This record gives sequence, C-alpha cells and structure tokens, in this order.
Amino acid sequence: MIEILIISGKGGTGKTSLAAAFAHLAKNHVICDLDVDAPDMHLILNPENTIKTDFVSGHEAVIDQDKCEACGKCLEMCRYEAVNENDDTFSINPLKCEGCKVCVEFCPADAIDFPEKHCGTWYHSDTRFGPMIHAQLFPGEENSGLLVSLLRKKAKELAKQKGLGLILSDGTPGIGCPVIASLSGVTLAVIVTEPTPSGRHDMERVAELCGHFNIPAGIIVNKCDLNEKEAAAIEAYGNEKGFTLFGKLPHDPIVTRAMINGQAITEFSQNGFAKQVADIWDRIIHMATPIK
Amino acid sequence: MKIAIASGKGGTGKTTVASSLISVWESPVIAMDLDVEEPNLHLFLNPTFTGKKPANMEIPKADNTLCSQCGKCSELCQFKAISLMGEVLMTFPEMCHGCGGCIAICPEGALTPEFRELGEISWGLSGRAEFLMGRLRVGEAMSPPLMRAVKEKLKEMMNVSSKDVIPKDVIIDAPPGVSCPAINAVMDSDVILLVTEPTPFGFYDMKLAHEAFSPMNIPMGVVVNRAGLGNNKVYDYCTAEELEIMAEIPYDRKIAEAYANGCIIAESSDEMKNIFMSLAEKIKQKAGCKNAAEVCRD
Repeated sequence: MIEILIISGKGGTGKTSLAAAFAHLAKNHVICDLDVDAPDMHLILNPENTIKTDFVSGHEAVIDQDKCEACGKCLEMCRYEAVNENDDTFSINPLKCEGCKVCVEFCPADAIDFPEKHCGTWYHSDTRFGPMIHAQLFPGEENSGLLVSLLRKKAKELAKQKGLGLILSDGTPGIGCPVIASLSGVTLAVIVTEPTPSGRHDMERVAELCGHFNIPAGIIVNKCDLNEKEAAAIEAYGNEKGFTLFGKLPHDPIVTRAMINGQAITEFSQNGFAKQVADIWDRIIHMATPIK
Repeated sequence: MKIAIASGKGGTGKTTVASSLISVWESPVIAMDLDVEEPNLHLFLNPTFTGKKPANMEIPKADNTLCSQCGKCSELCQFKAISLMGEVLMTFPEMCHGCGGCIAICPEGALTPEFRELGEISWGLSGRAEFLMGRLRVGEAMSPPLMRAVKEKLKEMMNVSSKDVIPKDVIIDAPPGVSCPAINAVMDSDVILLVTEPTPFGFYDMKLAHEAFSPMNIPMGVVVNRAGLGNNKVYDYCTAEELEIMAEIPYDRKIAEAYANGCIIAESSDEMKNIFMSLAEKIKQKAGCKNAAEVCRD
C-alpha cells in the first residue's frame, strides 16, 4: 500500500488545490482529507452517498453542583486553569479541560462526573475521483491526532477491501499533533511551499519533522515567481538535505478560478499550468512506487 | 486590550495583518506570536532578542525499587503514558499531558517529577514594540502547554508595565484552524480579528472559525485580504451574521511580492498605511464597545 501525504508547514501555500488535482490524476486510489480541523477538499470533490459516524474520544469533567462541597481541591489540582471559582461556586471551563480525570479522582465529595466526549464526525463518501474518507472535528475540540489516526485506519481498510493500492491524503498546516499523526509511516510526504520568508521557514521545520520520523519527502515550490531569491534558497535547501524537487509552479490566478468553479485545476484547464501539475504528479508517483 | 488575529484557513494573511498593526500601533504594545508550531511574526518584525528560556512540562519518572505495582497510576492516566509491563512500571514521556495525577496518586512515592522540553520562549524588542514568541520543538506534538508557558511570560511582561501610565496592548498572531491551539490563542482576548480571503476555502474556514469562537462572546470583526480575488460569499455571510468587515486589503501582485520580500505591508505604501491606521482605530472602538457593555451590565 502506497500512502502519499501532502503537507506544507505554512497554511495557504496551495496544499489542497494541488491535492485535489492529484486526486483527479491518480488511479486506483482512496482519497483522505486529514485536515480534520479546517477541511476544504470536499469543496472541490463534492462527496456523495456519505455515511456519517460519530467520533467519540476522551472525556470531560463536569461538576455536579448538588454534590459539590466547595472545598477547592479541584482548583488546586488542575494544571490547565480549567476550574473557575465564583462566589464559592466551582465550575469547569470545557474549553480548557484536558480530560485528565485528576479532579474527578481527588474530589472528596465524588461530585465530578466524567462523561465521554462527542468530538466530531467522520465520513465515508464517493466522489467523481474515487472513494473518500474525511471528517469534521467540532469547533474547538481536541483529539485531532486521534481522529487523524482513525481516518488513516479507515482509509487503509477501504483500500484493502476495494483492492486499491494508493492512499492520497491532504494534511494540515503546522508541525504539531495532527501533522505527526498524519506523517508517521507514510510512503512519501510532499511538501508544498512558497518562496516567502514564512513559506521557507515553515517548510524547513516540516522537512525537519519528516527527517525526525525518517519519512522520505520532496518539495513543490508554488508561486515560485513571487521571489526568485527565496525560491533559489528553497531549492538549495532541498539539494543540501536530499529532498527531491518535484517541480515549481508560477503564481497563477487559475488556481482560484478552478476553486470557485468547484473543480480540480487539471479538470478546469489543460493549459501550461495544469500540464506542469500533471508532470509533477508523474514524478511523485514514480518516486513513491517501489521498483519491481 | 488584547487583540487576537486568527483565521481558520492558513495563509490568509494573519501575520501580514499582525505585523502591519504593530507597525502603526501608537500606544505601548507587545507583539506575541502564539503560532508556536510555525511562528513567522519575527521574520517580519526582525526583533532584537534580549532573552530566551526553554519551556518544559512536568512528566513522571518511575523508581521501580519503590513501586508496589498497585496500578493506580496507570488506571488514572487518560493518555496511556504510564503502564505496568509485567512487573516493571514504564512511562511514555511523549504521550504525557503533564496533569500530575500519577505523581499525586502514587502511595509509595515511586513517581517523581522530571521534565520534557516542549520548545523555547524568546523575547525582545522590535522598534517601539516589545516582542514575545514560542517555538515548538520539532517532533513535539503538543502546542497548548507551550502556549500556556508563553502566556505566563506575557503576564510577567505586562506586570512590568503596570508601573507605566498607559497599560500595554497585546497583538496576538494566532495559529490557523479552529481546534484546541487556535482556541487557546484567542480565548483571553478582547477582540478577535478573523482574517480571510474571498475564495471558497477562505469562506468555508472563516465560517468554521466564526462558529468556533462565537460561544466565547468576544467581539469579532473580519479583515478581507486579497479583496477582488474571488467571489462574494464572504461578504454575504458577514452581512447576514452582522459581522463587521473592518478592513479590506486589495488583491495585488505587488503586495504579494512585498510580503515575499519580508516587508511589512503597512510600510509599503501610504495607501496601505492608511488601511491599517483605520483598522487600528476600529479595533479600539470595538474593544471600547465591549467595555461599555460590561459597564452597563454592572
């Protein structure tokens, strides 16, 4: 099973627009949107026949005011500043509660409940480019890493069941919990960057993360004509660290026009830009495919 | 007053707006970068750093000579960070959320605190503004505890200012998204600016951010970046939801190039400077509104 993950470090470099084009170009694959926090791939892929499943993960503390004796032990023990005190009334701020159970355990009055948390929904859908696994974490929720791991497991099961050899995943910006959960054990990470100080800085951090987990990775420089010096610096970094350069794409309004049309770039147009995207995909799939 | 610059979608221009606001802000201000996974504000503000320190989280260290294998610690731990493997108590530092429960519950004193490095906090000066940022260690998964440590440092920097006549404002560059790191960055602010772009992705993610932040009852406004690029959905939504569009930054290749050169956009032309000076004024009014409402309630 080949697993290709599109990431970027910095947001807004063109991850999802390119991932949607690759989903159009790829064959025999499952599409997986691992950006469970702010997913956008469905806006292009228009998923249908969706089967929804609740994502229940972790717990949260809730104080039962009838039993609470206002001793303040929970406030004293909580490391997350999640306990509020107001005129001897104690309550838990759900946005700050980490679900660690410490207050529940140490409450002398057994006044704290610990219900399970419904954190989001995950979906199994059909799209015109193939089957798709995706999700939406409820706003403000935690456990995005666990939801990412769940999606990857479901995508693998689906690929096996349908006899498909490739999972193409769109990742999330950053280098934290959901990115680490997306990255571990993939065949190839494709880093989409842009020649700006932020783009290069963030690319270097996410490339370092790939190195940390021994994941082969390559780079696409999007909007490459915005600053040629930065673009050259990105290429030089890739050469020095041994990251393949899959290609460079110019800053082109066609990307936004395709998005507004609800189409992948390669569906919307067959011009020079779209052709370059197709060439890049050929290089990616070539690198990810084991030599027979 | 604390102003959080957030977005939902990444790459809509949070750092552009934050750096430009800092540049035109006239009263004493602290620029705080809470996008600890990918901090970028320093690349534009070029601060002179005057200090730094590692940020650590407490994790347990097991002493198996004292452990009586009662299993209370692993039973309590919600994060699978400690377990009895046969007769050996093992800890998994990367899984630990630092709640301190295992150390508190152990009846034998077999668990003692040690530390995991989350990243680094650094601070300094950028022109008239003070500067503060956190940077997550590559390979570390948890950004919220580092963000809490950055906010602790902020309290210190604010306290120094209590001797000043004018209290310091804080402009926060938040991480993208709407899950726990983004919420952590905006939750203590007085005004939230949602920076978006008028594209389908920009619109969808702005809507998510608006829904996520609304329960906190913090006044919110929108900055439309790359105005003229896409379609009208962002504008229609803002009208329907009575969300004020506080500034529009036009879609212009020259702005994209200035950003790519590391420039602060407000310093690139008089037109841009005026956009951000007007935005700063509107932010102050918006924060004022909130304070007035609080006074009324009291």
